[in-house]
Amino acid sequence: MRHLLAAEGLDRDTITELLDTADGLKQTLLGREVRKLPTLRGRTVITVFYENSTRTRVSFELAGKWMSADVINVSAGGSSVGKGESLRDTALTLTAAGADCVIIRHPASGAAQRLAHWLADSPVAVVNAGDGMHEHPTQALLDAATLREKLGSLDGRRIGIVGDVLHSRVARSNVHLLTCLGAEVTVVAPPTLLPQGIETWPVTVSHEIDAELPSLDAVMMLRVQAERMHGGFFPSAREYAIGYGLSEARAALLPEHAVILHPGPMLRGMEIASRVADAPNALVTDQVANGVHVRMAVLYHLLASEGAESA
Amino acid sequence: MPDRSSQPVLLKGVRRYGEGEPVDVLAADGVIAEIAPDITPPDGAEVIDADGQVLLPGFVDLHTHLREPGREDTETVATGSAAAALGGYTAVFAMANTDPVADNAVIVEHVHRAGQAAGLVDVHPVGAVTVGLNGEKLAELGTMAESAARVRMFSDDGLCVHDPLIMRRALEYSRALGAVIAQHAEEPRLTVGAQAHEGTQAARLGLSGWPASAEESIVARDCILAAHAAARLHICHVSTSGTVDVLRWAKERGTQVSAEVTPHHLLLTDDRLETYDPVNKVNPPLRTGADAKTLREALAEGVVDCVATDHAPHAEQDKDCEWQAARPGMLGLQTALSIVAETMVRPGLLTWRDVARVMSERPAEIARLADQGRPIAEGEPASLTLVDPEARWTVRGAEFASIAANTPYEGMELPARVTTTLLRGRVTARDGRIR
Repeated sequence: MRHLLAAEGLDRDTITELLDTADGLKQTLLGREVRKLPTLRGRTVITVFYENSTRTRVSFELAGKWMSADVINVSAGGSSVGKGESLRDTALTLTAAGADCVIIRHPASGAAQRLAHWLADSPVAVVNAGDGMHEHPTQALLDAATLREKLGSLDGRRIGIVGDVLHSRVARSNVHLLTCLGAEVTVVAPPTLLPQGIETWPVTVSHEIDAELPSLDAVMMLRVQAERMHGGFFPSAREYAIGYGLSEARAALLPEHAVILHPGPMLRGMEIASRVADAPNALVTDQVANGVHVRMAVLYHLLASEGAESA
Repeated sequence: MPDRSSQPVLLKGVRRYGEGEPVDVLAADGVIAEIAPDITPPDGAEVIDADGQVLLPGFVDLHTHLREPGREDTETVATGSAAAALGGYTAVFAMANTDPVADNAVIVEHVHRAGQAAGLVDVHPVGAVTVGLNGEKLAELGTMAESAARVRMFSDDGLCVHDPLIMRRALEYSRALGAVIAQHAEEPRLTVGAQAHEGTQAARLGLSGWPASAEESIVARDCILAAHAAARLHICHVSTSGTVDVLRWAKERGTQVSAEVTPHHLLLTDDRLETYDPVNKVNPPLRTGADAKTLREALAEGVVDCVATDHAPHAEQDKDCEWQAARPGMLGLQTALSIVAETMVRPGLLTWRDVARVMSERPAEIARLADQGRPIAEGEPASLTLVDPEARWTVRGAEFASIAANTPYEGMELPARVTTTLLRGRVTARDGRIR
């Protein structure tokens, strides 16, 4: 693997290998007092975040640090990015400074792919930590890791993705990744929050959450992305919560074994009722914990799996 | 350099409109002096051995961006004129979205004079419809029409005249000026933040959609308004199948509407967005293969009247960036003929005589240019383009006369090439060189 830019195009073997590595790392670290592996000693990982993020940035930082990489965080506000420097120049600068891996989050779809294009002649690996409305592949990997942990194989499992599919990079990455692992995905949203051509996606489409919940093995609630909204996608937050929010009554429609995921940050009371978010079958904190291991696995495969200088 | 302005030019062995036996065409004193099977070169004449190449009336482009004033780092009237001459053009219309905007007599006269100074192609400034292109208040259309630039086409291109009342008034008012309003049809409320044609490709790539309906709804509205105002309307860069349907309907009911299609909308589709390379970003966006097919058929049929380039130079930093940050637009003047040959002539949709219609005669009629798009006959203006239909060449943006190099056709091998362009009897471009 040269870069991780998208879940689309990853084959089942690669995904399984990444998930197995993440699982192995998790077991290795379990119960250790000092959570530090020497795997990436001497390697430099730079995160560049052009959008606010707490969990993803922290998760990548921990992933790097737990494997002894030097991790540097650049945020768009406090750097030359704020002075109007282009993404291309920032990329070339970070490469010249000696980065082995650049992890980028950017509001423009395709930004990670462009970055990889500009760095094609360098050995730098690029990881997409979320590009606009396009993809967020490590989120899909951590979701798959969490589901696999609870449900076992995803073959034939029915997974619902509910909410703002149109603006969601999490949804796009998950559709590719989960269907690649054999899951049957149903997306549930009002028509205004579904992309054009959804009928060509490998999913079933529904506008009625209550009809879908009883047959799901897992339901993934999406964040409503107010910052990408240009008005009028639904009449009000109240009506959205009534129509598509995961209330306690709705959560009760799920089969007993079913689990609930949310990529965060959650809007309690809108997408998901507060008690549902804190229920035992809601795996939000498991997702966060698995996120670190999955990102460790990604960094491992990009930086250490072949030609590693230190082990 | 010798003064060639009055030098006769003898074209040996041309096939007019690609038809019939080769003949010789002598241009002297700005007009076609003689057409005969074998003309003896007059003293001092420049002789061009055409060897059976296709002779067409000089091309007329209703839609170019010459970027002067304001962005002379990407194109000037002079460099754009050179690109036009090399592309076989003898007249171009320079859009008004310069900085400052061409919404007054001073700016349009500046562009007009710069065109005359370059002397390679007739540069006709397009005047803005509204002050500052802001869509709120009519610009002084009459003053621009009466100026030395004699403006006869008005457009807010780049932006849509979206207010229906302003559009109605512009159409009505232009009637007295003998002018045409050229509309960039894009309902702004339907394209907030839009990045790519709204369809499966944009949805997959996570690019905000630019629905076909944003174009079609404005075209339909304006055809109705033009009919009501008994005014002339021209639709810029038609890009969707639905627009073709609306145009067909409007023309059948007698509306005075004309329309242009760009070479890139004839050839390229949103499949190219895969790489997120903004060289493919353009307004209106590249549409689907089905749209491109419909546009080719509509051009052949005449529902779409002509080809216009929407030549849009942009600086490298405005194109070699992330998709969302990039400016829309692509170079077109030096590739237009080849793209038309590739998409229309080779598949048999147009003959070379039809190419004369869609690249010269119809645009000249739409803009009411008396001395362009004329027949190739004795006594007519010698504004002519010689095309080698058998040529094949590889596109290199850096080799274009434009300052900018943003071509989506980089590295592509294309058929047919302009070998010589004459403007009123004077050679302006020959074998890839400007005169």
